[in-house]
Amino acid sequence: MTTTATPVQSTPGTTSADYNPKSESVTAKRIKSAIFHIVALALVAMVLYPALWMIASAFKPNSEIGGANNALWSSNFSFDNFATAMDGIGGVSTLTFFTNSLILAVGAVVGTVLSASVSAYAFARINFPGRGLFFGMMIATLLLPFHVVIIPQYIVFQQLGLVDTYVPLLIGKFLAADAFFVFLMVQFMRGLPAELDEAARIDGAGHVRIFRSIMLPLMKPALISTSIFSFIWSWNDFLGPLLYLNTPEKYPLPLALRLFVDQTQSSDYGAMIAMSVLALLPVLVFFLVFQRYIVEGVSTQGLKG
Amino acid sequence: MTQSPTLSRRSQSSAPSQPRKSRRRGADARAGYTFLLPWLLGFIALTVGPMISSLYLSFTNYNLFDAPKWIGLDNYTTLFQDERFLQSVGVTLNYVVVGTPLKLAAALAVAMLLNSKRKGQGFYRSAFYAPSLIGASVSIAIVWKAMFGDSGPVDQGLSFFGINLGGWVGNPNMTMGMMILLTVWQFGAPMVIFLAGLKQIPADLYEAASMDGAGPVRKFLNITWPMLSPVIFFNLLMETIHAFQIFASAYIISNGEGGPAGSTLFYTLYLYLRGFSDFRMGYASAMAWLLVIVVGIITLIFFKTSKSWVHYSGDSK
Repeated sequence: MTTTATPVQSTPGTTSADYNPKSESVTAKRIKSAIFHIVALALVAMVLYPALWMIASAFKPNSEIGGANNALWSSNFSFDNFATAMDGIGGVSTLTFFTNSLILAVGAVVGTVLSASVSAYAFARINFPGRGLFFGMMIATLLLPFHVVIIPQYIVFQQLGLVDTYVPLLIGKFLAADAFFVFLMVQFMRGLPAELDEAARIDGAGHVRIFRSIMLPLMKPALISTSIFSFIWSWNDFLGPLLYLNTPEKYPLPLALRLFVDQTQSSDYGAMIAMSVLALLPVLVFFLVFQRYIVEGVSTQGLKG
Repeated sequence: MTQSPTLSRRSQSSAPSQPRKSRRRGADARAGYTFLLPWLLGFIALTVGPMISSLYLSFTNYNLFDAPKWIGLDNYTTLFQDERFLQSVGVTLNYVVVGTPLKLAAALAVAMLLNSKRKGQGFYRSAFYAPSLIGASVSIAIVWKAMFGDSGPVDQGLSFFGINLGGWVGNPNMTMGMMILLTVWQFGAPMVIFLAGLKQIPADLYEAASMDGAGPVRKFLNITWPMLSPVIFFNLLMETIHAFQIFASAYIISNGEGGPAGSTLFYTLYLYLRGFSDFRMGYASAMAWLLVIVVGIITLIFFKTSKSWVHYSGDSK
């Protein structure tokens, strides 16, 4: 919110004493700029309203959420809702759900970074028969609706006795199943000068050395974008855990939230919203810390939110 | 594949003998497949294999416990007599056809507003983008449901203006509006992409147009739209495909039932209910394949029609 001021530098040489047509255009510019900021800030307020409402409601007593009291901030500010939310559901503490979400998200990051970078190196830097064909297929999977594979995948994991474990949720990450990240890394690697690997090859380095000692260090920005997005996607994932997990002790936060909604049935909105805030907290922290990377990642790679 | 001329350009200078060249090629092929192994395994085991088996299952009756029973095209013919299925198609199409253009229009409008050298760019861009990051989460679905519920802030805000609609959540005529607002709210991701595209348009084009006396509408139609068309195409394609797959928000808002009166029975939600509540996995597989075919046809149509309105010129991407 520090950027709301609209400083317009007066052009050097124009003193306030002598009237100059230039200063008129400066005023006009200033008015235009002020209008821009008013419009933009009004839009920001509108867009961020649901988030503000969510945070404010989490601190309100139940009776005031959606009651006659319509004020965004309540004078009866309290942490009660968070206390209820932290108690968890059905004897499982919310801390457990947090830990589960964290295990899944960290697993997703490690798996995706490893498998996508290795696969991307093959696509971007090694000449082998069938490369173009496989690359085309990888791109095609980007457009493929995920739902066409969930039923057979479920059947296979069920027969392997892997339902209600994290294996079905993580195995795809270790097998570069999120084609978006492979594509992102291929694009990034193609931007790195080919002379680097040629020089290393002349010095007798093999692909493993080139990948590890030259490519990986240079790919840092792509690796960071990948880590951030795979973390957030895993953290917010609902369908995967919904399909595969049955025991509440193993639930990540989104499933726990659903359980919470089912059990409280809108009687305790405050606690429900407090838990929603808690579930989003890591994403919000990530966003505040890595804003630059996230927004740049979207604008250059077309990454989805 | 036997004599690739592009291969081992680097070894040409040292004039290597024939065997060395082919040894390099063999080593490259081996290394290539080794490095590709994770993706290749995933592609076969998690995509191609399941796709083939779901195609097979779509011609069977299968409940996960008894062996699949071949029934030919029965699942597909039953689908078109299944009223809930037809309803889910209608709900989803409504959402895609109304929601996606609205979202992209909002994205383009805000991107054009922000496309200037004014201060605060970074802040605005991030603030508008934030909902895209959290919009599909369960948390936001819960918040949406509370906000649009009886005497929630939306109901109260509208009552203030004399519009008494009551809660949107329980009203079958209003739930679609609520879902569309949820997707439009996430306009930030395509907006950021539009903004990157707008910055690529050379400023002198606009200056030249101004000299010729073109107004803002003409400038938009004759410069912005054609120059931005590849980005518009990309966003339209990705957002459309994405919109077909909405699931978590619909599930949470309707308690996993698609109500009230089936007004939030999205395609994927019905597929999930058929497959994993009723265990009619053959039927659900037929639904999944139909979705793939429809999305495939739409993608094809997009690419075919793109020739007439998408302009790839010079270095604009």
